[in-house]
Amino acid sequence: MTELTSLTIAEARTKLQAKDITAVELTEAYIGAIEAANAKINAYVTVTPDKARDMAKASDARIAAGKAGALEGIPLGIKDLFATKDVHTQACSHILDGFKPKYESTVTQNLWDDGAVMLGKLNMDEFAMGSSNETSYYGPVINPWRENGSNRQIVPGGSSGGSAAAVAAHLCAGATATDTGGSIRQPAAFTGTVGIKPTYGRCSRWGVVAFASSLDQAGPIARDVRDAAILLKSMASTDAKDTTSVDLPVPDYEAAIGQSLKGIKIGIPKEYRVDGMPDEIEKLWQQGIAWLKDAGAEVVDITLPHTKYALPAYYIVAPAEASSNLARYDGVRYGLRVDGKDIVDMYEKTRAEGFGKEVKRRIMIGTYVLSAGYYDAYYLQAQKVRTLIKRDFELAFAAGVDAILTPATPSSAFGIADETLAADPVAMYLNDIFTVTVNMAGLPGLSVPAGLDSKGLPLGLQLIGKPFEEETLFRTAFAIEQAAGKFTPAKWW
Amino acid sequence: MSVDLATVKRVARLARIAVTEEEAERMTGELNGILGFVEQLGEVNVEGIEPMTSVTPMDMKKRADAVNDGDKADDIVANAPVSERNYFLVPKVVE
Repeated sequence: MTELTSLTIAEARTKLQAKDITAVELTEAYIGAIEAANAKINAYVTVTPDKARDMAKASDARIAAGKAGALEGIPLGIKDLFATKDVHTQACSHILDGFKPKYESTVTQNLWDDGAVMLGKLNMDEFAMGSSNETSYYGPVINPWRENGSNRQIVPGGSSGGSAAAVAAHLCAGATATDTGGSIRQPAAFTGTVGIKPTYGRCSRWGVVAFASSLDQAGPIARDVRDAAILLKSMASTDAKDTTSVDLPVPDYEAAIGQSLKGIKIGIPKEYRVDGMPDEIEKLWQQGIAWLKDAGAEVVDITLPHTKYALPAYYIVAPAEASSNLARYDGVRYGLRVDGKDIVDMYEKTRAEGFGKEVKRRIMIGTYVLSAGYYDAYYLQAQKVRTLIKRDFELAFAAGVDAILTPATPSSAFGIADETLAADPVAMYLNDIFTVTVNMAGLPGLSVPAGLDSKGLPLGLQLIGKPFEEETLFRTAFAIEQAAGKFTPAKWW
Repeated sequence: MSVDLATVKRVARLARIAVTEEEAERMTGELNGILGFVEQLGEVNVEGIEPMTSVTPMDMKKRADAVNDGDKADDIVANAPVSERNYFLVPKVVE
């Protein structure tokens, strides 16, 4: 018999329904895998084995009673950004020290309502601010992938680095993640996993620790395209508790998988060919184009002229929103408090000790661009540029394009504690150059593994779709997956 | 535009983050790096362009003006660093 942890969600679902395996057995297999691996990979910041066992028992009872939900008995990891009742929820920040909410996020509640089992909370960049998972208060996550013939430690990407690493190392069947500028798609690309950021408004933001509210969206990271479709179906909903939640029924995303690409038009934006991009990325992109043509899609060149302004506009809009959202951490209602000589001194000391360097940097930028005299020059200008970025996509879609194919990242995963990146915040920000446009325009974006580079590290392709047409992305990504195959790291942990 | 040390200290004060002299100096360089990067937005012609206020074309939903939750004082203060009889306690603010 194969290892239980090697089953995809779809495979485990079949075996659970056929009663070949029990939810308790499956959950025990994952708890064992986490115990053996977590000290080396650091994907989980909290493991909840007792809760997992209780949930699995309840799942087995529902399966026996013929009342199984869509994710019955499937063990999942949850990014530390999601509020989980009475369980560690700290956005991997010291400032939320000891925080255990008395409520559950809508996304995780949807998963438990469908029968999923919680294994624990996953590591991430502090407040989802980072592209390498190195800004976490709990230390970096180690990518389960290694370069050929090397044991150098590689980052899993970020901010959902724990989610991506746990999925790649089979430490959960699937994971929740969030994406503000690329935080689902970049780590998915770095770990050979599938990640989708759905359209803004598709998943409720209620109970998700806020970073930049007009950009944040939750989505899954999974082992393959089908599993991502299964997870998104359960995570998405219409939620009265989130005013930006959309009133549209959630489609059966899995039904889109395997549909022909005949009649689908794929746009290739020339602006995503950036200076210094490795030849391997260009080659992968061309390979993706060829695969989609072979699968029956029509491929056309398009132009998205404001692409290069998306990242600078993001680094005004996101820090501005973050500086407002993070104002709530003041040492009064929850988390860390450092005493001071008066209340302002208490605030300042608490925030100085509680926030890490990158978070402080972004709060400072946000405070500056929103401060008197600079608002028009920075924030207003950035919001106007954002309108233009969105318009670029609207024109492409109006001309008949159904989805857009780009590389997911400008490189494969890099080493832990990379000196160049540590010395230059902007160099780290450039990781999100291909993904950030999608958040600025509120569109759905999916990253699918497409190959390995010469060092043996995974590379991903990104598909960008029309608002609320995630089905087209699953359908197209499945064609790429069929051609490229799936990628699993060699076990060293 | 760029920031000097005094501006960084003023912004840190606005953001309620205590910074040492050394940190403020380091941040000055970093913030100028980021501001230099975003400067290129100035070259975009935005004449007649409306700033984005909502990324999806939808009206903001409004909930019914009715009490639908409450009686949870214990839950609300459960995570407070210091609380007493369901109040959040803070250092004295009025003399």
